[in-house]
Amino acid sequence: MSTVPNDLRYSKEHEWVRADGDVATIGITHFAQEQLGDVVFVELPEKGSTVRQFSSLGVVESVKAASDLYAPISGEVIERNVKVIEKPELVNSEPYGNGWMIKVRLADKGELNQLLSPTDYRSHIGETAGAGGD
Amino acid sequence: MTAIRTQVVPDSGVKTAAPALEPLLSEIHEAGRAGRHVRGSEDADALIPNEFRRRASLDLPEITEPQVVRHFTHLAQLNYAVDTGMYPLGSCTMKYNPKVNDRIAALAGFAEIHPRQDDDTIQGALRLMFELQELLAKLTGMDAATLQPAAGAHAEFTALLVFKAYHSKRGDAARRRRVIVPDTAHGTNPASAAMCGYTVTTVKSDSRGNIDLASLKAALGDDVVGLMLTNPNTLGLFEERLREVCDAVHNAGGLVYGDGANMNALLGVARPGDLGFDCIHINVHKTFSTPHGAGGPGAGPLCVKAKLEPFLPHPRITRDTDGSYRRGPTPPDSIGRVRSFFGNFGVLVRAYTYMRTLGEEGLAEASNDAILAANYLLAQLRDSYDVAFDRPCMHEFVLSASRQRKQGASALDVAKALIDEGFHPPTVYFPLVVPEALMIEPTETEPRETLDAFAAAMVRVAERAKTDPASVKAAPLHAPLARLDEVSAARYPRLRWQRPT
Repeated sequence: MSTVPNDLRYSKEHEWVRADGDVATIGITHFAQEQLGDVVFVELPEKGSTVRQFSSLGVVESVKAASDLYAPISGEVIERNVKVIEKPELVNSEPYGNGWMIKVRLADKGELNQLLSPTDYRSHIGETAGAGGD
Repeated sequence: MTAIRTQVVPDSGVKTAAPALEPLLSEIHEAGRAGRHVRGSEDADALIPNEFRRRASLDLPEITEPQVVRHFTHLAQLNYAVDTGMYPLGSCTMKYNPKVNDRIAALAGFAEIHPRQDDDTIQGALRLMFELQELLAKLTGMDAATLQPAAGAHAEFTALLVFKAYHSKRGDAARRRRVIVPDTAHGTNPASAAMCGYTVTTVKSDSRGNIDLASLKAALGDDVVGLMLTNPNTLGLFEERLREVCDAVHNAGGLVYGDGANMNALLGVARPGDLGFDCIHINVHKTFSTPHGAGGPGAGPLCVKAKLEPFLPHPRITRDTDGSYRRGPTPPDSIGRVRSFFGNFGVLVRAYTYMRTLGEEGLAEASNDAILAANYLLAQLRDSYDVAFDRPCMHEFVLSASRQRKQGASALDVAKALIDEGFHPPTVYFPLVVPEALMIEPTETEPRETLDAFAAAMVRVAERAKTDPASVKAAPLHAPLARLDEVSAARYPRLRWQRPT
């Protein structure tokens, strides 16, 4: 599998979005899971809650660090991935598959245009992967 | 000794540890054994009302006294400690703790008193606390101190409550809801701000490892409570534009909190109160040499400028005109208590002893030696590892194992390999702005030959990462336990012993 699939949109905070009609699936990228290392805990919002673009939606904790998850788009949470809460290792093994986080009903499809294309995301992680303070 | 291996419990997929090197007390239990035989008391039975009596058995292990002593001695022998070797755990200041500290803390006048005794019966203890308040305030360039906070993070929280009370007194608290932290901050800084109900704005570092002044200015506004800043910062670097940073925050009506975790670099050399900070906490368990680690106990006195003094927690110790000491009255604007009684008193006695033993000159010498030791190590390691920000460091420095990771051994692997070399590993993966971070703090208490031996071990591990990374990934081989399954431990923690069925 490509580490940056071409059918997704990306945030600078390393979340991906797969839009299907007015429903979007959200997860974290291969690059993000690689930086985090083994994920040991995932905290996701309840079904029925709303998330706002670029604000915190939950927490992902690895053996190295705890990091906020940011919503790449706004909307109502219609499903959260219970499997990934029970088996956080799915985030590492299948970040674009069974390691997805939540599904939301899109509040504003126009927000997708504020996300990065696969090409832009590739150059984004090229920039931030170097040594030193970024 | 054989290395521990993990095994998979069928069906659950949960990994569990094989039998350990030292059994639990519950596992050596044998019914009927005891260290002391306690006679049943009918009086006690009569004293405890029926509804409060336990129905089920306590299920405590039954063991003899020598079994208990051997159990804990075995555990201590498996341990690695400052008393057994160098412990360069960055940000933790694992310096040697002089034994005289413990001796003084064990004196009956300190160890066998009760916090509910009348002030006139504990004058020595109160005097010690009063003088410690004064010493800490003087050393940090502040005007007043509280000894109550139980540790650094608790002191952060206390300081933010004091900030809130200060802004509230000025009628400014409602709009000031935002705390600024640099991206190098300890994780406790944003956590303390969140505990106070504040939102957090993170400001990035500049190319020299300082907080980025332009980004800070852009983040400031009349909704800012203040800035939480560590100096030297967690990269081990002195903030080069500190005065401008503090001025910018003050001009926006905010306050500057000093995270004193790295105070070991500044004792008697620079005073945070002179540098622009409004307050600073002191991890006395780090800087003033009391045993710590694995959760404490610690103590985090908070020192503040006069403008914040009215809001400090109470009670504080005061001296009357007749020279006697007492728990002072509660000022009307005090935020109240943050800790029962006097804080962790035994830790404070040890810190006081350390400060009085070294004196002002001795403390300055300790900081200068800590800085010298760190720079001496950095000079020996800069060719073998990438240096995050290559400029003279303070009491600690941050390397990156990025080069080694490309060769096949990560920062974690390097840390594990150092265990085989006989050293406690440095802090890894912090601060977050440095990939594959190795944060090294030798402290002032290591002789030069130990520093040389540690540097040689680090260089050997770097060589092995280049020529035989698999051997680094396999480490440790010579520790009581081989590589632990930290991932399963975090994912499927087993927190209580269960009797085998």
